[in-house]
Amino acid sequence: MQITSIDDLQKAKGTGLNQLYPDKPKILVGMATCGRAAGAQRVYDLLHKKAQQEHWDGVVEKTGCIGFCYKEPLVDAIFPGKPRITYGEVTPEIAGALWEELAAGRIPEKQIMARLDMDDMVLNGGPRKFFKGKLKGFLAKTPRYEDLDFFKLQRHIAMRNCGFIDPDNLLHYIARGGYFPLYTTLTTMTPEEVINVVTFAGLRGRGGGGFPTGVKWASCRKAQGWPKYVLCNADEGDPGAYMDRSLIEGDPHAILEGMLIGAYAIGSSEGYIYVRAEYPLAVKTLQRAILSAREAGLLGENIFGTGFNFDIKLNLGGGAFVCGESTALMASIEGKPGEPRAKYVHTVDKGLWNRPSNLNNVETWANVPVIIGKGADWYRDIGTEGSKGTKIFSLVGQVKNVGLVEVPMGVSIKDLVMQVGGGVPENREFKAIQIGGPSGGCIPKEHWDLPIDFDSLWDAGAIMGSGGMIVMDNSTCMVDVAKFFLDFLIDESCGKCIPCRLGLKRMREILEEFSAGKGSLADLDEMESLSEAVKDGSLCALGGSAPNPVLTTLRYFREEYEAHILQQKCPAAVCKELITYTINPELCNGCTACVAECPQDAITGDKKKPHSLDTSLCIKCGACFEVCKFGAVAVA
Amino acid sequence: MSVTFKALENILEHYPPSSEHLISALQDVQAKFKYLPPEAMTAVCDHLGVPLSRGWAVATFYKTFSLEPQGEHDVAVCLGTACHVRGAHNVYEKFRRELEITGQEGTTRDLKFSLRQVRCLGCCSMAPVAQVDEEIHGNLSQRKAGHLLRTYRTR
Repeated sequence: MQITSIDDLQKAKGTGLNQLYPDKPKILVGMATCGRAAGAQRVYDLLHKKAQQEHWDGVVEKTGCIGFCYKEPLVDAIFPGKPRITYGEVTPEIAGALWEELAAGRIPEKQIMARLDMDDMVLNGGPRKFFKGKLKGFLAKTPRYEDLDFFKLQRHIAMRNCGFIDPDNLLHYIARGGYFPLYTTLTTMTPEEVINVVTFAGLRGRGGGGFPTGVKWASCRKAQGWPKYVLCNADEGDPGAYMDRSLIEGDPHAILEGMLIGAYAIGSSEGYIYVRAEYPLAVKTLQRAILSAREAGLLGENIFGTGFNFDIKLNLGGGAFVCGESTALMASIEGKPGEPRAKYVHTVDKGLWNRPSNLNNVETWANVPVIIGKGADWYRDIGTEGSKGTKIFSLVGQVKNVGLVEVPMGVSIKDLVMQVGGGVPENREFKAIQIGGPSGGCIPKEHWDLPIDFDSLWDAGAIMGSGGMIVMDNSTCMVDVAKFFLDFLIDESCGKCIPCRLGLKRMREILEEFSAGKGSLADLDEMESLSEAVKDGSLCALGGSAPNPVLTTLRYFREEYEAHILQQKCPAAVCKELITYTINPELCNGCTACVAECPQDAITGDKKKPHSLDTSLCIKCGACFEVCKFGAVAVA
Repeated sequence: MSVTFKALENILEHYPPSSEHLISALQDVQAKFKYLPPEAMTAVCDHLGVPLSRGWAVATFYKTFSLEPQGEHDVAVCLGTACHVRGAHNVYEKFRRELEITGQEGTTRDLKFSLRQVRCLGCCSMAPVAQVDEEIHGNLSQRKAGHLLRTYRTR
């Protein structure tokens, strides 16, 4: 279907809405990578096959991830005139039983997580109610999405379509208001007006730096040179962060539309998306989205008959973390090793192939259509003084409700962890939150009232980063965490600047000493001075921020370092050289589970008699600790 | 799979002779042979008109590329932050012991498995995770890791 006018767009929207909310029952399966990992593909195959075999008068469809990752696989039932019902942890085994009920037109109560009374349709003029009147029976008692602690504080703007549409269906995207902002942009706004709206909205780069997007666009527009390039950074390298993957897999057109609007504002006709090859599904989803936008005439020449041309190429990353840095990313697109260069000439002036280039990340682009569609004032109302809008975080690690959450800027760490995340599992104690990836830092409990926005995180020694938020409890050793990040950065340092290449290695050696109970307090000072040297002496942000995990753990958890150095103790019982595993004979009932698992044959003992562990053979792999159901294996 | 002229030609015909396609072309070679055979490198560089040294510079810079033949099954264990705090290191060591891999990463003698570390597969909600070929396995423990290898061994 060609979409070249507002009539075409309206028509597409009508068709799309009929597909989104048909007059017959519909079953949705969350099929982003997280869902698939939990078995969603088998669930979908099963439901789809049943529907076909039984000639069911309904639709079985796939959709993206709504964020409830801890309850995957998710299945939703949308019956006309009924609220949308979300079922959690629908394993293939359960899916069969669920199908029997749904196919018969019944809504079963088992496995229900929540209901949704209306679709708020962020972009498409007001909510769409799913039913009239009052709910009866268990449906009335089923919590609404907004009643769940996990959702109460959330507001989905960038994730507006994730979990609602089939990401491969362009019409679904249009049905929820997509590509209308692009139409408005191309037909009623000048490029300067677009830039003004984005600047006034206060949108800041979501990739980590938090640079004002509108300002960047304006500089690129002013820059001399042709052609100009519009780039999307989808090389999500931060370990513990997956919001970009989820956005791409759930709503790829939002990114394309954002780039189209940006390209118009900047005066560009060529775009690139640099996407991580480790995300095969995201790559495929983007390929399909680009193809369908091209077929519809939304990418290519003379878009909406306005004479505006823009097309996008996809580039697969090579698995180098440093390629998330703008100049390295551009070098990589040019087919070179991804080594950053000094930025005394900005990339907006001389970037890709020495031409003016504007790079924003996935989440930033996904916000753009909403800002145009709803207006800068609407957007400015959300968030804090210096940080407008929402931010997606991947809330992971030692937290009950693991998932993807989009909250307005300014929510406190405490609310995010304790309310949205449901706290730390197994009644262990919250210790710190790691935010900002390898360039960020660990923020301790004392500061958990801190509102999360660009500036307050910066003051606390961390950065917003792309939004990975890893919760740590008292089973996490901070020296080990610092070591972990240094390992990562040593691996990923491109090697161009000596302070980064060698300084980090030396820092790692000192940490190794600490975790072996060696070293002295004087080494802590050496660490600090080395950190400063690495910060000052590195060209790019990778080196410039590399010491952050070490510095913040030193700043907030110095006593833990001192315990390693002075008492040769690892309080969290993680550092292998400082811990011993023992078996408590009073708790051990001689089940032999650990004997079977021990790779060293270090555990001996007869059946039903307390076992003993030979510490001289033990390699501290923790296999016995893991399998013991009686808490008889102790580590200290 | 042996490196044939035909197989290389099938890859190279998609790329006009320009240096910007170096990474993409090498990625195709990697996907086809699971590593970069030296003869393929020569062919790619010749075709695109880039010096061989540049080809190797790119190949050794990016993690995607492997210079050694890879095993039948690719076992990528995630050591991202979320997996790390949930004990991925012990799980990785279990894989290493089971597969008798002496270095940090490597391929088994029978070319059945290649073990490697990866930093974040983006499935943090199921940490710790490992990806075997295309399939992701979540909530791993040392014991589950052992099971997992056994199922692939008998496949």
